[in-house]
Amino acid sequence: MERFDAIVVGAGPAGSAAALSLARKGFSTLLVERGRAPGVKGMFGGRIYAWPLDDLVPEWAKDCPVERFVVRENLAFLTEDASLTVSFDSPKLAQGRGTSFTAVRAKFDAWLAKKAQDAGAMLVTGIRVDDLWREGGRVRGVSVAPNDHVASDLVIIAEGAASTLVRKAGLKADLEPREVSVGIKETVELPPETIQERFGLGEKEGAAYVYAGQASMGLRGGGFLYTNKASVSIGLVVSSEDLSRKKVEVQDLQTKFRMHPAVQRLLRGGKVVEYSAHLVPELGAGMMPQLSTDGVLVVGDAAGFLINNGYTFRGVDLAIASGIAAGEAAEAARSAGGMSKMNLAVYEKFLRARNVLTDLERFRRAPLYMKNERLFDVYPRMLMEIAERMYTVDGSGKERLFDVVLDEASAANVPKLKMLLDLLHGARSM
Amino acid sequence: MRVIVCIKQVPRAQELQVDPVTQTLKRVGVPSEINPPDANALEMALRLKDQHAAEVVVLSMGPTSFDESLERAVAMGADRSVLLTDRILGGSDTVPTAYALSETIQKIGGYDLLLCGEETTDASTGHVGPGIAGHLDLPQITYASEIRVEDGKVRARRTAEDGTEWWETTMPCLCTVNFGCNKPREPTLTGKIRVERGGVVTHWSCAEVGIDPKKVGLFNSPTIVAKVDTVRLPTRAGRIFSGEPEETVRQLLDSLIADGVISP
Repeated sequence: MERFDAIVVGAGPAGSAAALSLARKGFSTLLVERGRAPGVKGMFGGRIYAWPLDDLVPEWAKDCPVERFVVRENLAFLTEDASLTVSFDSPKLAQGRGTSFTAVRAKFDAWLAKKAQDAGAMLVTGIRVDDLWREGGRVRGVSVAPNDHVASDLVIIAEGAASTLVRKAGLKADLEPREVSVGIKETVELPPETIQERFGLGEKEGAAYVYAGQASMGLRGGGFLYTNKASVSIGLVVSSEDLSRKKVEVQDLQTKFRMHPAVQRLLRGGKVVEYSAHLVPELGAGMMPQLSTDGVLVVGDAAGFLINNGYTFRGVDLAIASGIAAGEAAEAARSAGGMSKMNLAVYEKFLRARNVLTDLERFRRAPLYMKNERLFDVYPRMLMEIAERMYTVDGSGKERLFDVVLDEASAANVPKLKMLLDLLHGARSM
Repeated sequence: MRVIVCIKQVPRAQELQVDPVTQTLKRVGVPSEINPPDANALEMALRLKDQHAAEVVVLSMGPTSFDESLERAVAMGADRSVLLTDRILGGSDTVPTAYALSETIQKIGGYDLLLCGEETTDASTGHVGPGIAGHLDLPQITYASEIRVEDGKVRARRTAEDGTEWWETTMPCLCTVNFGCNKPREPTLTGKIRVERGGVVTHWSCAEVGIDPKKVGLFNSPTIVAKVDTVRLPTRAGRIFSGEPEETVRQLLDSLIADGVISP
């Protein structure tokens, strides 16, 4: 039987980071990917916060397949036909550890997996791991088919949001609709010059948009838009609970979102070249599985490592950081005598050292706050009415801003105290 | 028991394209696969391995890009593979190919059963299997859809045009395998790891095998491709009849009768 010190299941950002980290520490490492190449089954909005790459691949900027460095952040509220956008512009956004960039997963994942291979990990693609292979009640490796087992002391589960191994390992119960959203994305091709002109960007500069309100037709969730080199990624993340409750098809939402005048303006003349959808873990710290057990660690989306606080969507950075932490935990466990549950529990400490768990816990309340439907429907509408009255001069008599706000607040039909509480909760949870 | 399976790497059938100028198959930049009938032969061999612990050796002749298919064969469960690769083989038709492969099979040696696909999807001659049997003076059963090995004998079900026949022969022998008679298995993780560890494909040149250079290559191939025609599909009238089923069938019949396709 083939055997390795460690087997990593899934060659996404979390898995490849773990494999790279392990291989560097001298573990014989097998990285198994279900797709025919790393990244072909991966999906995300489009942006990566680079800080964990500084630690894992310090020279990443040399050859990392960056589409554009994000220099402009936009938060846009939509109603049926109007939009209100808050835009933040700063060269600092693309400097130092705070750098973020847009990327294409097929390229980025292939790049990171190659780094793991260069460090000595073995990559095998086109294989779906069916189960953990157990013997004597302990995990001894992975199983693909009845006669196809590969042995290892440690298995790292990096399968993504819909991981079956976390459940088969008994680390988590079945996913529930409230724990996941549906992410949908279209890639719209546009010439680089058009993107630069339309978004007011330099050659390597990119923009990021978060959309609230009518983007998701008032369902809990929101929209996003990222500029790549020669394409724009546009999509929605919508509560799967709401979708099924309100019997809405996510692709219909996406079409309406794309056709919104404020969005359409940015995509004009583009051609949809790619369409994808994926589950997005939504509850963060609230849906985390047990992160380690005898011979097993869980990283990335499989562990629910995703933060959506309303204005930043983070997944890939937490995935990479958790992969690094898993490598560190394996090294510590090896020195302590083996991959037992007790020795691997140190994984949490390494996750905290990289602020993964800390950030997840800090925003623990954000998902609950995001559940507040007023946030996706009533308030954006109110904001838009206020803006409309602020900027409309038609000779019918101008009101003072304060009166407009008060007037719209009463019209929104939400008790003022509740509104105040929402505001307070929002400030605290975000 | 040692089973040698001969395979060829061909352009993936669904993506076959004919160069409009040269009228030959485009082979560059088209994804490749194991010739599908050869994959059926390989599956047949792997089942014999499962039943009789046979050793399965896979053999091919061609450029080193064929490693891809040989590695896949090993990942599926073959024990090892040999690629006969040499520039002087370029342009060989089925006559030199059968000769060169039979020489290579003799160098591998110790075989009990030789398996080939019934034909290739890129040339469809079906010559090479019987050609090898001829060179090695072996009994052969062509178009086999089932093979049983019992008491040192091979019994095979042969698909004939008007039915099936059961044939029995002694080993060593050669069988060509029916396209689609089984479902080739997927590569295993263990197999893919073996491939990654390396050394599963052995390359031999003509000199290493002892192949006579005067018997191979384009100039020693009697076949001359004089002309290739592509069949152009006639354009269809493309009329669509709509309405109730009885009515549309009536309309269809009427118009077929009117066009003289069928008589009333």
